[in-house]
Amino acid sequence: MTYITRLFVVMLMVILPFNSSSFANDETPSDFVATLSGLTSSNFKTRTQAIDKLAQSKDKRLAMVINALLNSQLHYRKSDKLIAVLSEKNSKEYAVAVLTGEKLEVIKSSEWKKVIISNSLRTTLRDSLAMIELNDEDADVRKTAVAQVLSQIDVGQLAFLQKRFELEQDDEVKAQLNIAISTLLLKKNEGDTLSLIAKVKDSVNPSVRQVLAEVIENAKDPEIKQLATKTLAKIDQRVSRYAKIETLFFGLSLGSVLVLAAIGLAITFGVMGVINMAHGELIMLGAYTTYVVQLWLPNLIEYSVLIAIPLAFIVSGSVGILIERGIIRFLYGRPLETLLATFGVSLVLQQLVRTIFSPLNRAVETPSWMSGVWQINDALALTLNRLYIIAFALIVFSILLFILKKTTLGLKVRAVSQNRAMARSMGVKANWVDAMTFGLGSGIAGVAGVALSQLTNVGPNLGQAYIIDSFMVVVFGGVGNLWGTLVAGLSLGITNKLLEPWAGAVLAKILVLIFIILFIQKRPNGLFPQKGRAAT
Amino acid sequence: MSTLDTVRSAMRRDEVFESLKPDINPNLNVSKDIILYLDDVSVSFDGFKAINNLNLYINDGELRCIIGPNGAGKTTMMDIITGRTRADTGTVYFGQTMNLLRMTEPEISNAGIGRKFQKPTVFENHTVFENLELSMKCDKGVWATLFAKLTGEQRDNIEQVLVKIGLQENVMLRAGSLSHGQKQWLEIGMLLIQRPRLLLVDEPVAGMTHQEMEKTGELLTSLAGEHSVVVVEHDMDFVRSIARTVTVLHQGSVLSEGTMDEVQNDPRVVEVYLGS
Amino acid sequence: MFLKKILKDDRGGQVFLTILLVVSILVPLSNLLVPEGSTFHLSTYTVTLLGKYLTYALLAIAVDLVWGILGILSLGHGAFFALGGYAMGMYLMRQIGDRGVYGNPELPDFMVFLNWSELPWFWQGFDQFWFAAVMVVLIPGLLAFVFGWLAFRSRVTGVYLSIMTQALTYALMLAFFRNELGFGGNNGLTDFKDILGFSLQSDATRVGLFIASAVALAFGYLSCRAIVQSKLGRVAIAVRDSEDRLRFIGYRVENVKLWIFTFSAILAGIAGALYVPQVAIINPGEFSPLLSIEMVIWVAIGGRSTLYGAVIGAILVNFSKTYFTGAFPEIWLYALGGLFIFATMFLPRGVAGLFKKNEAAQA
Repeated sequence: MTYITRLFVVMLMVILPFNSSSFANDETPSDFVATLSGLTSSNFKTRTQAIDKLAQSKDKRLAMVINALLNSQLHYRKSDKLIAVLSEKNSKEYAVAVLTGEKLEVIKSSEWKKVIISNSLRTTLRDSLAMIELNDEDADVRKTAVAQVLSQIDVGQLAFLQKRFELEQDDEVKAQLNIAISTLLLKKNEGDTLSLIAKVKDSVNPSVRQVLAEVIENAKDPEIKQLATKTLAKIDQRVSRYAKIETLFFGLSLGSVLVLAAIGLAITFGVMGVINMAHGELIMLGAYTTYVVQLWLPNLIEYSVLIAIPLAFIVSGSVGILIERGIIRFLYGRPLETLLATFGVSLVLQQLVRTIFSPLNRAVETPSWMSGVWQINDALALTLNRLYIIAFALIVFSILLFILKKTTLGLKVRAVSQNRAMARSMGVKANWVDAMTFGLGSGIAGVAGVALSQLTNVGPNLGQAYIIDSFMVVVFGGVGNLWGTLVAGLSLGITNKLLEPWAGAVLAKILVLIFIILFIQKRPNGLFPQKGRAAT
Repeated sequence: MSTLDTVRSAMRRDEVFESLKPDINPNLNVSKDIILYLDDVSVSFDGFKAINNLNLYINDGELRCIIGPNGAGKTTMMDIITGRTRADTGTVYFGQTMNLLRMTEPEISNAGIGRKFQKPTVFENHTVFENLELSMKCDKGVWATLFAKLTGEQRDNIEQVLVKIGLQENVMLRAGSLSHGQKQWLEIGMLLIQRPRLLLVDEPVAGMTHQEMEKTGELLTSLAGEHSVVVVEHDMDFVRSIARTVTVLHQGSVLSEGTMDEVQNDPRVVEVYLGS
Repeated sequence: MFLKKILKDDRGGQVFLTILLVVSILVPLSNLLVPEGSTFHLSTYTVTLLGKYLTYALLAIAVDLVWGILGILSLGHGAFFALGGYAMGMYLMRQIGDRGVYGNPELPDFMVFLNWSELPWFWQGFDQFWFAAVMVVLIPGLLAFVFGWLAFRSRVTGVYLSIMTQALTYALMLAFFRNELGFGGNNGLTDFKDILGFSLQSDATRVGLFIASAVALAFGYLSCRAIVQSKLGRVAIAVRDSEDRLRFIGYRVENVKLWIFTFSAILAGIAGALYVPQVAIINPGEFSPLLSIEMVIWVAIGGRSTLYGAVIGAILVNFSKTYFTGAFPEIWLYALGGLFIFATMFLPRGVAGLFKKNEAAQA
């Protein structure tokens, strides 16, 4: 009972603002409604007029309507011409009635019709939207609006910007407005060019650079020309520095993917000396675990990744233990045979996934907290999911390092890997340790799969794409050395991304492969080799 | 020479067969009567100094025994001489002119240094005959090997070595099916047929019966003179029975050198072996 | 005389060569002379299929020579096979002349499509059969030589080497997928018309290619056998068993490996060159690591280090592949995966091992 009452109150709060504060203009709410209804007309001319009129309106809901129009989300109900924004959520369509802010669930999409606009209308709408947003209460919205005007170098908006500049309280927005206004003035060749150039010198916005380039081209005054050239060169320098940081970031993120994919292998191959060609498929199983979690718990998409991590560890880990107990333990000391047998396992696992989930790629959703970008400035934006992957790789690495160096399991693993017979005589159950180690390595592969599901397509071939890379990383870093794997993974990732701009993605990959092949010839034991008597 | 004489001379254990006598390598210069120099050699693995400023000189034609507790660096020293392990510092010369640190294992072997390993390593899937055939001194290039045909002389060589190591009966047997002692002998045979100037013999009598040990001792002493022989051994009785000069290694450097008696009375050696 | 010497002590080889001889006489007869409709008639499709198996068998022998005898598990022999195939494909491409879709007498269709104005330098000469034939041998051989020289000299062995060879073929696959490289990119080379003036569509040409494959297989087998019989063969087995020991008796192991590896790559290239005109296409898929590793399983199934075992394995596995992918496509990868596991765990000496159970293990 109380629950229902509370729900009612919430609904009221949603509706009320529209009925009070938002109509505090000289325009009456009914005017806005009347204009809106023009949009439902079948006559194109009537619709255009309606939109023109709409653009003049000062109604609070205007931004929402224009946005919906631009995104082709504005619809009207055929029966009563009720205008609503349709937005899709969890594959169910919701209609938000524009006039009330009330949420309606759409029952049949055939009852609704889209409001269609022409391309030229789009442009005008965008302008008016920018204008409305320039005066929004939220400083962030205003900032985006200024950036929008600047990116279009829309001289027509200059007056609005200047007016807003007078009113603006927020320092950041004001600074941005300053740059935008100066740029537009430069473009129009109005005002004192020299001082204007000085005003924009700290910006790295592409529009500023474009306008400066134009100034250099058109300038008659050598002083102006010189200052503009110098400023542009400085800006370019900073932009290229940011570009380098961005490349580095991409490299790091690719590198951490490699580290994630390889680190499980560093344990099974590096510590145990077992060649597991099915490692890629264990990664794939982890990715599919994420998919299944999202399938079973469609309401918990936000947490799906967090739920999937332990599950993937368990799934891949147990498959790994099965492989170890069922096949690998009979082949210890015969690495080439192990390679072939586990390759057979990888084929079976791939085909199993094809049979269960179909050979097509599956879409895994990204939780909203992982999507989006971190905009540092006009020239540098880092995507959040990559940022999370880097952090995640480091966390997994630290945990693994901790397990191997500080726990009894780690101690036993190292003991068995160094001297099996000795460890056994000290009371270590070598078989059990083998199974656990392999399970650990495989489980980590599963966890890597969860991370990969956020970056690439989840399909039966996911594992194959990573197996060669993973081996390269482990071999490059030096077998049996976790730090080596980390350094190798990150540096290969960065090298790859550094090469990409001038070599292209595929050629960069080939070059890196060739580099590793040559490197291994030179230093067969990798970056951080283990030394010993007679180099066994 | 009659057959009887041949058989007789085959039975004489101190006699070295003509064909087993080493060829004189044109590059080998032993004018100073020293065949192997190790000067100030050091090597370390991950901070552990396996060999520490080792100085060792082997005279031409000498039989030298090297003893020392486990981890004294005996095997590592052999690894360095044969090119398996690279020394960190120091110099290793074969005769006056050949710098062994710049040569690969096959080059060193072809220059006239043969080695028998601690653990008998023969080619288990080959017959005894094939093991000897592979080890035989001849052109070991790929093309020469592809078109190689055994000459009568080479067959005789193999025959003689077989007699010497007592494996005539087992000539067509897979080496893998030999007993441990027989493998030791086969490996010694493989060493002989290479006709090296310097033999490095690592624990030759491990796993041998007393008679076999005696036979090995006689063989090694008979080789000295024409060849230089370095024997690493743990079995003190065996060392005593063959040794002329003994070198004691400890912690990667020479602790003591002299006759067996001198060495055994050296207080430092006593301390190392008996503990303090 | 020579034959007798090579095949001494090789019952399996004697049987295999006899069967090969009989088959390569009967198959052409039953295709060309026996009228269609008769139970003894072999369709041209079957002849080509058999020819394809024979090229696979030659490839398997090449793999066995390096794996079974020399002890190098190459996961990149598909690269040599494909390079041989591409060299032949380039010749066949040039033979199309102006019969292509675009009718350009000089440029293959895909180049016209990419708006290339002239033939790249590395396509020059491929209109001559002798030149292409030389390249079939030279290119895989050269690649193997350079790769082997680098790898063996620095003593990359065992699993490391296997992974390196896999990376090699993987890198080549990525490269050949690129259009810019000038080998037809994704689609590869196809739409061949004729070889040495004979139409590839005609039955007689197909039979001719089949016989050529059989002859190549026989020569491949005999030459590998000759190597195994020689002292070099015994050295190679010693490399496999204990290469360290071999160094200490004065053999330059890296040279032994290098030459045998290169020879094996050349055999693989020849197999590829015979394969392409029979299947009428070559594309970068032939470089895929999966195919290279599949070849190893042919050898493992057949029985490594016997040479004829490799032939048995190649034909057995590929016959099952043809059957399964036709009848139960879903099952094939399960079966192949199962084969990998089964062969390594329960059949370490392969099918050939079953035949000679009673003989002493000779290699």
